[in-house]
Amino acid sequence: MMSMKFIERSSQVMAYVLLTVCACITLVPFIWLGFAALRNPEVYFDFQFIPRVRHVQMMEAPENPELRKVWAQVLPSEGMEISAATELVGADVVNQARNEHLIEYRNGKVAWDMMSLQYFKRLLAGNEFPFARSFLNSVFYASVTAVFATLFCAMGGYALAKFEFKCRTLFTRIVLMALVIPGSLLLAPGYQLLFKLGLLDSYWGLILPGLAPAFGVFLFRQSMLNAVPTELMESARIDGCGEIRLFFEMILPMVRPMLGAFLLITFLGCWNNFIGPQIVLQTPSKFPLAVAIAQLKGIYSTEYGLLMAGTILSIAPVMALFLLLQKEFISGLTSGAVKG
Amino acid sequence: MSLSRTHPAWVPYFFIAPFLLIFSVFMVYPLVSSISMSAFQSYGPQFSTFVGLDNFKNVFLDPDFWTAVKNTLIYSCASVMIQLPLSLGLALLLNRPDVKAKGFFRLIFFSPALVGLVFVAILFGLLLGARDGLVNEVLRQVIPGFPAEFFWLQRYVMPALIIASLWIYVGFNMVYFLAALQSINRDQIEAAMIDGANAVQRFVHVILPAIKPVAGFVVLLSIIGSLQLFELPFILLGGAGPENRGLTLVMYLYQNGFEQNDLGYASAIGWILAIFLMGIAIVHRRLTREEL
Repeated sequence: MMSMKFIERSSQVMAYVLLTVCACITLVPFIWLGFAALRNPEVYFDFQFIPRVRHVQMMEAPENPELRKVWAQVLPSEGMEISAATELVGADVVNQARNEHLIEYRNGKVAWDMMSLQYFKRLLAGNEFPFARSFLNSVFYASVTAVFATLFCAMGGYALAKFEFKCRTLFTRIVLMALVIPGSLLLAPGYQLLFKLGLLDSYWGLILPGLAPAFGVFLFRQSMLNAVPTELMESARIDGCGEIRLFFEMILPMVRPMLGAFLLITFLGCWNNFIGPQIVLQTPSKFPLAVAIAQLKGIYSTEYGLLMAGTILSIAPVMALFLLLQKEFISGLTSGAVKG
Repeated sequence: MSLSRTHPAWVPYFFIAPFLLIFSVFMVYPLVSSISMSAFQSYGPQFSTFVGLDNFKNVFLDPDFWTAVKNTLIYSCASVMIQLPLSLGLALLLNRPDVKAKGFFRLIFFSPALVGLVFVAILFGLLLGARDGLVNEVLRQVIPGFPAEFFWLQRYVMPALIIASLWIYVGFNMVYFLAALQSINRDQIEAAMIDGANAVQRFVHVILPAIKPVAGFVVLLSIIGSLQLFELPFILLGGAGPENRGLTLVMYLYQNGFEQNDLGYASAIGWILAIFLMGIAIVHRRLTREEL
């Protein structure tokens, strides 16, 4: 009996260890990203995470009498901070001595003064790059699309789930068939259509095609089939409730978790959408974050800190939204798979 | 499941109208027009000449297309063979009744899926940097004699893409598996334990059959998603990468349609991809149906 318990106990510990290791691997890129955005450019490449104060220390090394003499004069035996050494002998001498293995670097305390919000300030000041503008563009594009797509899909799903009418089966079939059409098939003809309608390089051209996802109508149809009792609709009608009021005041609250989940899914999809705005928009001031950041990569490819700060500012809002609506989001995501 | 019959006739049409209108204009119309577009060679949206089936012929004769097919299939296989077992493993660990803080772990594992592919590409572009990326730094510490500069983004493009995709999707797919595992009746598993089934037997005979529908769904989702890979290599490599090592089918479509401006050719590629995906969906349906 003892050994049985021991096995159980140790397998539990193993499970925790494995889970913790995996959680760390998942989180490390985020942490790395955070420190990369905070490190000052002078020390960016010297550290992977937190910048430290660097000490210079003399080593037993190949002779270079000239250089050795310089160092013997300035360097105390316990070493000195690299900034002080640079001030005394100049950066060239420091580098040369390092290359010739005459000195070595030791990491000391955390160098708080080597971290700053300078990249965030540069991005948000917007003198070089209209970052704040792109941020607002993303907020606008994602929220308008999410709100109206959710509304139209809920309405459509309601019609297909709860009403007997002539074309019901036909429409349901069409929606089901549309689920298997890959989005990339619509890129070229969609572009041509937007050109004909004069909607290229406009937000209408970006938002309108996203307002009728077949997937959304399907999800709402599925959830309303079960969640909305038909008798309730009929008794509300007898009480003189109008059809539109019925929908907004009774039906929508019944599928509230689905509404939240679908809003978030659509918002996230638009926020992270790259290929759509990349094709439709041409004016840089209209770019949402995904396209703007891709441009930033092209222009400032060597300013890693700036790129990382931009990435943080771009993913932070969706992370925050997700934290708020986590439960609804995950239940919405899996509802189709597990129940259906 | 009963349907309402006491409503005025206009009501269902009113509710479905906004969806149907936008759906017809922005989904059905482009879908139909792409059939005719695929028979034209075009330059931008305005100029085109009829070429019949030549677009399809040229796609199949283009070595770049076959490079894209090869890369996409490699990535897709890796997604299913590496990612999904890891997802299932994590879900099994997390589903143990003696593991607490499930919500906390699930939150962490899921979080990369929220990061858009563009942002993932930028992050991994630096993480996989040859000299100063974290991945190489760790590998240099762990593996003695690991090269000072290891060029993920030049020579090992596919492994780089797969590493990035693991980070994004393992937790995402885990959420599905976990939901499926949680819906299994615990009594069943306990009954198997009383009958003396060990962990492997329980997994094969009780758990696996119970999660089969969800597993099938996740496999299909992964295949379809991975076959449409585009943003990750496009941003990570700034295009197709050295020797087209990161060229994928959707990138091939994008290059032809929006860099060479041949929308007709792009429509043809779109149809080839769509027919392929629909074929997979049909095969998948057949397989899962027979098992039920």
